Amino acid sequence: METLLSIEDLAIDFDQGKRFVRALHGVSLTVARGEVLGVVGESGCGKSITWLAALGLLGSRARISGSVQLNGQEIAGAPENDLAGLRGGRIAMIFQDPSSSLNPVHRIGRQIVEALKLHRGMTGASADAEAARLLDRVGIANATRRLREYPHEMSGGMNQRIMIAMALAGEPDLLIADEPTTALDATIQAQILDLLTELRRDSGMALVLISHDLGVVADMSDRVAVMYGGRVIEEADTGSLFDSPAHPYTKGLIAALPDIDGPRRRLESIPGTVPAPDRLPPGCSFAPRCAIASKICDARMPAFLPYGESQSHFAACVKCRDEKPAESARLSGNKHVLVPA
Amino acid sequence: MVQYLLMKIFRALVTVTLIVSAAFVVLRLSGDPAIIILGPEAPPEAFEAFRRNWGLDQPIWVQYFKYFVAVAQGDLGNSMRDGRSALVVVGERIPLTLAITLPALFIKLAIGLPAGVVAALYRNTWVDRLIMMLSVAGFTVPSFVLGLVLAMIFAVWLGWLPSGGSDTWAHAVLPTVTMGLVGAAVIARFTRSAMLEVLGQPYIRTASAKGLLWRNVVRSHALPNAAIPTLTIIGFLVGSLVAGAVVVESVFSWPGVGRLLVNAVANRDLAVVQVILLLVGLTMVGANLAVDILYGIVDPRLRIKRLQAGS
Ligand SMILES: Nc1ncnc2c1ncn2[C@@H]1O[C@H](COP(=O)(O)OP(=O)(O)O)[C@@H](O)[C@H]1O
Ligand code: SF4
Ligand SMILES: [Mg+2]
Repeated sequence: METLLSIEDLAIDFDQGKRFVRALHGVSLTVARGEVLGVVGESGCGKSITWLAALGLLGSRARISGSVQLNGQEIAGAPENDLAGLRGGRIAMIFQDPSSSLNPVHRIGRQIVEALKLHRGMTGASADAEAARLLDRVGIANATRRLREYPHEMSGGMNQRIMIAMALAGEPDLLIADEPTTALDATIQAQILDLLTELRRDSGMALVLISHDLGVVADMSDRVAVMYGGRVIEEADTGSLFDSPAHPYTKGLIAALPDIDGPRRRLESIPGTVPAPDRLPPGCSFAPRCAIASKICDARMPAFLPYGESQSHFAACVKCRDEKPAESARLSGNKHVLVPA
Repeated sequence: MVQYLLMKIFRALVTVTLIVSAAFVVLRLSGDPAIIILGPEAPPEAFEAFRRNWGLDQPIWVQYFKYFVAVAQGDLGNSMRDGRSALVVVGERIPLTLAITLPALFIKLAIGLPAGVVAALYRNTWVDRLIMMLSVAGFTVPSFVLGLVLAMIFAVWLGWLPSGGSDTWAHAVLPTVTMGLVGAAVIARFTRSAMLEVLGQPYIRTASAKGLLWRNVVRSHALPNAAIPTLTIIGFLVGSLVAGAVVVESVFSWPGVGRLLVNAVANRDLAVVQVILLLVGLTMVGANLAVDILYGIVDPRLRIKRLQAGS
């Protein structure tokens, strides 16, 4: 599969006045054309900042290093004008809280038309018609009337549909959906995920689906990256991740999933919390919460290495290979050459 | 919207009633005007006559009732000092006060709004620090001190401008600038925080994520939202156009409403003080009401919610 976006060794330091604090420690990820990449991890693991940084949306207090390539072209550190052209055009993004993500003083129509004008040069009646078509496309009835309304007149689910319509306005190759359903209740959540699936099938755009909930990404994603403490600690095809999770953190996330078919049982959530970026332990960042941690875990952060027979399963844990040695362990960690063909 | 407006108008009326009553209470209960106007050595018959003339011999609640009726009819009595209608006495000072407060309002807005916006946009840079330093200086230094310093520099040392009086336009410059600078400092600070609040909102990130250049994000998404809270403080400034100049008028001997108030209080000229208090109260209430109405127009969230089928 052709690589659409590749992030290579992305690191982010935040200016905290007196010092810089590293919140992202060399993350590498790729998204192939048309692929769905799920990104999971508890809150504070660095999921959002990874993609905000890729789009240059983190602001001046973040110092960013590493490489971000779109179709082989470097966009990290590109001039603001070039980046603005990509945002909403080639790469669109939607966010967690749809109602506060829309401007309260502008009508829905104006906010969508703004994107149409930017990326497709549409104005006037044709832009209005296209905006109505987009609302219709995301399942909003009475589109023409809705265009004249304000975000506060709509429910959260409707506003997320509007955010999606706005994202579609630029006909993007990649949609980054950052916790798109977290603020919504369960029924609406399912509807929005269905809508995303359907849109993706029709348009063939790639999707990065970010969630703290492994259950949300499980159904939709081709591949899942699990993040912890500002790093990707496991990455695999979705099937492989669920069949043979390598990292104790991933196992913990899976164990915490409610069983849909099986008998109701108590969820085993992972004890403890994600450490703050300036409180990371010296070795494996998961060690304080890891049931099988031992002395070697504290030596250094484990390398991100291939795991199992699959050429596309990687994990960063010194112990997982004791159980299931990987034949390809001596291959380089430069994994995006190993993306499934 | 209609309900919102009616509620605001009702609240304005209640406030006016309270102001009218407060004016009465404060003035009647704080000393015997007969003694102050006539002097303690005046003969008792003179006191009698004065009290009867002004109705001061009646029970307090009768006075209050009569006063209320009179105010409602627009009859605010005569100046106890020169016998002319108190309304006229105050009214002839209003243009003089406006002559300095209106240009000062312009200065406040013309400097304060852009300074606040720029400080917010360049948060934590030297630009922001400089603007905020000036702003803090501007509203920690009392306006009479700033007035005296400006008078010292431009009137005494440089001799460019007169330090007091009202004979020419030049006399208006120092009081206007003094008020303008102090007010600009307040507005800059307020605008900065309103703007910072807005810049941190998710919809600003959305606007950037959809591909707008930063200057357009600021222009069409940040500024319209930041303008809403800023209306409140602008309303407050408009409300104090008549009475906000007491200190500056005193410092520069500018014969406006503020100085009249100081003199009237000193002389216990009840009718005049009353008129000024009512005037101040009414302009404040009027400005507030105007702000509320504007809010209703500018902020879609306050417009009437259309009836509609759910989600
Ligand atoms: N603007 C910022 N300044 C400082 N720290 C930040 C900033 N944004 C995010 N962080 C920190 O970076 C870490 C990762 O944040 P984020 O990517 O938002 O987590 P999540 O995985 O929940 O999306 C968190 O610890 C957060 O506190
Ligand atoms: S490296 Fe050690 S502490 Fe870290 S996840 Fe593996 S076993 Fe646990
Ligand atoms: Mg997040």
